[in-house]
Amino acid sequence: MIRLEQVCKTFHTAAGEVQAVRNVSLEIRDGEVFGIIGFSGAGKSTLVRCINLLERPTSGKVYVGEEELTALNEKHLREVRRKIGMIFQHFNLLRSRTVAQNIDFPLKKSGLSRQERDAKIQSLLELVGLTEKRDAYPSQLSGGQKQRVAIARALANDPKVLLCDEATSALDPQTTQSILRLLKQVNETLGITIVLITHEMAVVKDICDRVAIMEEGAVVESGDTVDVFSHPKETITRDFIETASNIRKIHELIEEKNELTRLKPGEQMVLLTYSGPNAGEPLISYLSHAFGIQANIIYGNIDFLKGKPIGKLVVTLSGDAGQLKKARDYIDSLGVEVEVIQS
Amino acid sequence: MSILYSIFPNLDRLGGELLVSLRQTLQMLFVSGTIAFFLGLFFGVLLIVTRKGGILQNLVLYTALDKAIDVIRSIPFIILMVLLIPVSRAIVGTGSGVTGSYVALIAGTVPFFSRQIESVLADLDYGLIEASEAMGFGPAEIIFGVYLRESIPGITRVTMITFVSLIGITAMAGAIGAGGLGDFAIRYGYQMRYTDMSWITVIIILIIISIIQFIGNLIVKKTTH
Repeated sequence: MIRLEQVCKTFHTAAGEVQAVRNVSLEIRDGEVFGIIGFSGAGKSTLVRCINLLERPTSGKVYVGEEELTALNEKHLREVRRKIGMIFQHFNLLRSRTVAQNIDFPLKKSGLSRQERDAKIQSLLELVGLTEKRDAYPSQLSGGQKQRVAIARALANDPKVLLCDEATSALDPQTTQSILRLLKQVNETLGITIVLITHEMAVVKDICDRVAIMEEGAVVESGDTVDVFSHPKETITRDFIETASNIRKIHELIEEKNELTRLKPGEQMVLLTYSGPNAGEPLISYLSHAFGIQANIIYGNIDFLKGKPIGKLVVTLSGDAGQLKKARDYIDSLGVEVEVIQS
Repeated sequence: MSILYSIFPNLDRLGGELLVSLRQTLQMLFVSGTIAFFLGLFFGVLLIVTRKGGILQNLVLYTALDKAIDVIRSIPFIILMVLLIPVSRAIVGTGSGVTGSYVALIAGTVPFFSRQIESVLADLDYGLIEASEAMGFGPAEIIFGVYLRESIPGITRVTMITFVSLIGITAMAGAIGAGGLGDFAIRYGYQMRYTDMSWITVIIILIIISIIQFIGNLIVKKTTH
């Protein structure tokens, strides 16, 4: 288990103090994939570096397993770091060394014999699917292949934890997916706890068991991925959900006063969010039967969070004001979230 | 041989002395070059690791070193050489001759070379250092395994540049009686007006530089991936 207790990190720059991390407390369970999502500048890179103390917190405590890292001396800290793998946005491979030599690099202090190290390198290359690139140099590899080498290198000392700092941000969408599958496989087959920071909703949505959302150095919301994203509490969480769907486009259209989103007097535009079991209810047709309300669908989308469907529907409702209110209460009673986005 | 003598009429008479000068130059290059190489690497690394944000940040040491390098670099070599005569006497026992030139040659080369090493190491992606720290490596392993090892092509390039400038200053060392090709060219080419002797020293120096650059380029080619 990784535990952060009231971690703060303040940088002193020429422009003054910058509070990169503000009073963050988190618990990351053994064997889970934990996502920390935030827009750039939210402090997530600094936070992840506070876990292995690449950045020493200004105050607060960091525990990895039983050990309080913030209480260790440099020498002991280095030993603990060997059991915490880390991968980076720009891979950080050693250019003068081959793929095999890169993976061998962290094994220098492992005390293993040459044969054992070679066997280890071979099995890691098999795990990441790069056996034929053994003697290639990083400059001869694609971005996705470089990240695979970095993952193999991070796993060389059999870590319990793997920290991923924007590990897919420099990759195209297809490659991102393949790296995420590999990380999921590493998590499931080796039981390694993964802490992953990203600004991409797609990354969190696919593989994270739990998430924390960061804004201006603080964690503003956290919990089970499906819960957090199906019932977002904070504006920033909604913003993230919108980046992954076309809902944002609707807002733009409203702002532009586009014909599609222009309302007639007495009309309301609402966003309905369905999750899980209520997604099957014949809601729209029921509204017109029971309340005499006309419902016009503007936009619809089904997204999957860790395999669970989340439906989004933008509709304009027109009818008697009293009936509209009743209809909204009814929708609400079904467990479908209703948000009036224009009226 | 007779063609050579017809191009360089004074070679027949001065050939022996030219060889002695060549040996003195090579001796100065080899001894002071080797020592300056390791000292320059040491100070270059020291600048990188002690600077702000470096792996062994120590701003007092960094600032002192930084300023010392600037001061020594700004002294013209011919003056530096004279200033260092007492130092040379204290260290190697003499302030003149080939042996007496080492201290000055090293002092004239190290600051320049340290700066070059510093800039080569500074070009290394800091992400590599961070990744190595995350793997649990300490300063010594990062210096040798990452900073120096990853910078071999760059270090080779600046070593070649420094070597050429070292050849330049060995020519001045003749002023304190160190001899060498520069001294030979001044004595015969300039003072005696034997232009052919000036030309032959130029050709020999060109050959030395070409050999160094050939080896250097080979190393750069072999180590750049």
